[in-house]
Amino acid sequence: MFDNPGLLKAIFGRLTLESLPIHEPILVVTFIAVALGGVALVGAVTYYRLWEYLWREWFTSVDHKRIGVMYIVLGIVMLLRGFSDALMMRLQQAIAFNGSEGYLPAHHYDQIFTAHGVIMIFFVAMPLVTGLMNYVVPLQIGARDVAFPFLNNFSFWMTVAGAVLVMMSLFVGEFARTGWLAYPPLSNIGYSPDVGVDYYIWSLQIAGIGTLLSGVNLVATIVKMRAPGMTMMKMPVFTWTALCTNVLIVAAFPVLTAVLAMLSLDRYIGTDFFTNDFGGSPMMYVNLIWIWGHPEVYILVLPAFGVFSEVTSTFSGKRLFGYTSMVYATVVITILSYLVWLHHFFTMGSGASVNSFFGITTMIISIPTGAKLFNWLFTMYHGRIRYELPMMWTVAFMLTFVLGGMTGVLLAVPPADFVLHNSLFLIAHFHNVIIGGVVFGAFAGIAYWFPKFTGFKLDPFWGKLSFWFWVSGFYFAFMPLYILGFMGVTRRLRVFDDPSLQIWFIIAGFGAFLILLGILAFLVQIVVSIRNREALRDVTGDPWNARTLEWSTSSPPPPYNFAFTPVVHDNDAWWDMKKRGYERPLGGFNPIHMPKNTATGIILAGISVVFGFAMIWYIWWLAALSFVALLATAIGHTFNYNRDFNIPVDEVVHFERARTQLLSGQA
Amino acid sequence: MDATATTMEGASKAPDTPVFYLEEEHAHAEGGSTMLGFWIYLMSDCLIFACLFAAYGVLGGSYAAGPSPKDLFDLPLVAVNTSMLLLSSITYGFAVLAMDKGRVGQTQAWLAVTAVFGAAFIGFELHEFAHMIQEGATPQRSAFLSSFFTLVGTHGLHVTCGLIWLGTLMVQVAQRGLIEANKRRLMCLSMFWHFLDVVWIGVFTFVYLMGVLR
Repeated sequence: MFDNPGLLKAIFGRLTLESLPIHEPILVVTFIAVALGGVALVGAVTYYRLWEYLWREWFTSVDHKRIGVMYIVLGIVMLLRGFSDALMMRLQQAIAFNGSEGYLPAHHYDQIFTAHGVIMIFFVAMPLVTGLMNYVVPLQIGARDVAFPFLNNFSFWMTVAGAVLVMMSLFVGEFARTGWLAYPPLSNIGYSPDVGVDYYIWSLQIAGIGTLLSGVNLVATIVKMRAPGMTMMKMPVFTWTALCTNVLIVAAFPVLTAVLAMLSLDRYIGTDFFTNDFGGSPMMYVNLIWIWGHPEVYILVLPAFGVFSEVTSTFSGKRLFGYTSMVYATVVITILSYLVWLHHFFTMGSGASVNSFFGITTMIISIPTGAKLFNWLFTMYHGRIRYELPMMWTVAFMLTFVLGGMTGVLLAVPPADFVLHNSLFLIAHFHNVIIGGVVFGAFAGIAYWFPKFTGFKLDPFWGKLSFWFWVSGFYFAFMPLYILGFMGVTRRLRVFDDPSLQIWFIIAGFGAFLILLGILAFLVQIVVSIRNREALRDVTGDPWNARTLEWSTSSPPPPYNFAFTPVVHDNDAWWDMKKRGYERPLGGFNPIHMPKNTATGIILAGISVVFGFAMIWYIWWLAALSFVALLATAIGHTFNYNRDFNIPVDEVVHFERARTQLLSGQA
Repeated sequence: MDATATTMEGASKAPDTPVFYLEEEHAHAEGGSTMLGFWIYLMSDCLIFACLFAAYGVLGGSYAAGPSPKDLFDLPLVAVNTSMLLLSSITYGFAVLAMDKGRVGQTQAWLAVTAVFGAAFIGFELHEFAHMIQEGATPQRSAFLSSFFTLVGTHGLHVTCGLIWLGTLMVQVAQRGLIEANKRRLMCLSMFWHFLDVVWIGVFTFVYLMGVLR
C-alpha cells in the first residue's frame, strides 16, 4: 500500500514521516513537555466542565471586552514561546567560544532567531496592544461595542490561526531560517526549498487579515461611535494614539500582504519578482517590506505612548500637560513614519542624497517624540505622584526609551550606520525601544486596566518584583550588546572566535535570566492576585481615582458598558463628572440593543489553518477543499440576517442594582 | 460617591449640573458605520494595487531578452475589454437608481446585465492571458511579465470576487427584497465595483497604453 510514492505525494504533498523532527532531542523534549501541558490543560477544562462556558461566553463572543482579554492572553502565552527562543539564543552565544560549537546546530539556531523575531512582533506585541485598544477604546469613547463586532471576533481568531501555524512549525517540519523579514534571494525557493518560509508566509498572511480588519474596525469605531460631546480634540490621548495606530495598520498592512503575495508567487509558480535573474529585483522586496515594517514599529509604540499618557496624568492627579501638542505629536509621528523606511538599509547604495533625505526625516521624528516626553515630565511636575505599579513602569519607560531614542538618532546618521549596520548595536537599539517602549507600556497598561478587566487589582508585591527583574534584566541583557556592536560583532552569529568577547555575552545571558525571573514573577502575580481577589477587590469601578470614561462604569463593566450613553463636556470626561456632581442614574432603564454571539469567526479561522497547512505542504486537494469551505462558510454567514437582540430591561436593572448595592455596601 | 447612590433618577436635577447622559436612547441606525468601514477597507485594497503598480513600475522594463509590451499587447482587444468594464459600471449605476426607487425587478435586471458585462470582461482577459502564455510569454519568462500578470490578474481576481458577491446579493434580494440590509450591501458592492473600474483605468493607461509607447 505504501509503495506508491505518486499516490502518497498526491495525498500528503511534501509531508512525510521525515518531516517530524524525531531525530532532534531538544524538539522531542519540548514536544513532550508541550503535549503533557496541553493534555493537562484540556483535562482540567474538561474536568471542571468549562468547555461549554468557554465556547459560549468567550470563543464565540463578539463583546469587545472579552475579545480584548483574549488578545492579551494570546500575547502572554506567545511571550513564553518567544522568550524561550531568546533564552536559547543567549545560552548558545554565551557558551560557543574557544572552539565550542555550543549546543544548537546551525539549522536549529537559524530557525530560533527567525521565530523569535516573528513571534515577538506579530504574536506578542501586536496582540498585547490590540487587546488593550479593543478593551479600552470603546469604553473611553462611551460606546457599547466596536463598529463591527463580528469582524472583531473574526480578526482575533485569524490572529490565533497565524499563531497556531507558527507553533505547528515547531513540531511538523521547520520554520524559516532567514531572519524575521525573510529577505530574498535567501527566502526564495532556490535557497530555501523547504517548508520554513512557507510557514512564515502563510502564518503572517492569515494573521495579517485579522490585523487589517481590526484596524478598519477600530478606525470606524473611533470616527463614528464617540459619545455626544466628544469632539476629536476631547478624545482621551489613548484613543488618539489608537486612532493613529489603526490608521497606520490600514495604511501599512496591505503592503505586507502584497509583498508576501509576490514572494509566494516567486516560490509557488516561479515568477521573477525577487530573483537574481530574469530581471527580478531582491532590493524591491527590501524596500516594500520596510515600507510596511517601519510604520509597524509605530503601530506598536503609539498605543504604548497612549498608555503612558493616561497613567501619568492619573497617577500625578493632574490633567495631562500639553494635550494639543500631544495630539499633534502623535499625528506627526504617524505621517513621518512613512518617510523613513530606507534608514533600515542605508548600505543598499542609494547614494548620498537619498540617504541624507531618509537620515534627516529619521532625525526629525525625535522632535515630536521629545515633545511627548517633556509633556509627561511637565504633567508630573508639581503633581501629587503615586508610585503605583503602572507609574513605575512609566518612569522606567521614560529613562529607558530616551536611551533607545538617542542610539536611534545615532543610527540615523548614514555614515555611522555604515559602521553599525546589522551589528549588535542595532539589536540593542531596537530591543531598547521595543522593550522599553512597547513591553513596558503593555505591562503598565495591564497593571492599570486589570482592575477594570476583573474587578480586583493586581498584587503589588509580585508586580514590583517583576518590575525590578524586568528593568534590571533589560539593562544587563542589552547594554553589553551596545558595547559588542561597537566592537563590530554582527547579528545572528552562532559561534565566536575571539575569546575576549565572551564575558559580554555571559553578562547578557545573565540579563536574560533576570528577565525570565521577571516573567515568572508576572505569572505568579496573576495567580496570587486571583487567589487574593477578595482582599484586592475594588467595588467603585474607579480604583485609581482616574479621569476617563472607562472608569465611570462598574468593574468589570456590564455587557452593554453604559446603561445610558454618556455626554462629554471635557477632555477628562469622568474627572469632570466627578467634580461637577454627576449622579449615577438609578432608574428609567431601557432595553439595550446588542449584537449576538456567533461561531462563524472561529470556524473560518479553523478552516484557514487547514488551508494554510495544505498550502505549506503542497497538499493541493486539501487546499482546494478548504478554500471552497472558507468561501461557503463566509457566504453562508451573510444569509443570517438575524444578528442582534435586545438585552431586556430586567437584566439591565439587575446589573445596575447589583452595582448600586456594591457602591453603597462600601459606604 | 455613596451619596449619589441614594438619590433617585435624573441627570439634570440641580440647575447648574450639566447633562451627563442621554436619558432617551436614540436608536442607532443599523449599520451606520458600514459605509465608512467599507470605504476604509477599499483604501487598504487600493494600497495592495499601489504596491503592484509600483512593482510593475520597477520591473516593467525588465524583459530579460523576452517579449516586450509592443510584441504582446493587442490594443483593440483591450479597448473592447475596457468598454465591457466601463459599461458594467454604468449598468450598476442604473441598478442603484432602480434600488432607490424600490423596484426589485428592475434592480435585479440591471444587476444581471452588470454580471454579464463583468463576465465578458473576465472572459476577454482570460483569452488574452491564454494567448500570451501560448506564445511563451508566461509569468515565469521575465520580471516584466511576472509583474504584468500579477497586477492584471489581481484586478481580474477582484472582479471575479465581485461577480460571486453579485450573484449572492441577487439571491438575497430575491429572497428578502430591497430591505435596509440588502440596500446597504448593494451600496457596498457598488463602491467595490466602481473602485475596480477606477483601478482598471489606471491599468489601461499605465500598463497597456504606456506599455505600447515604451
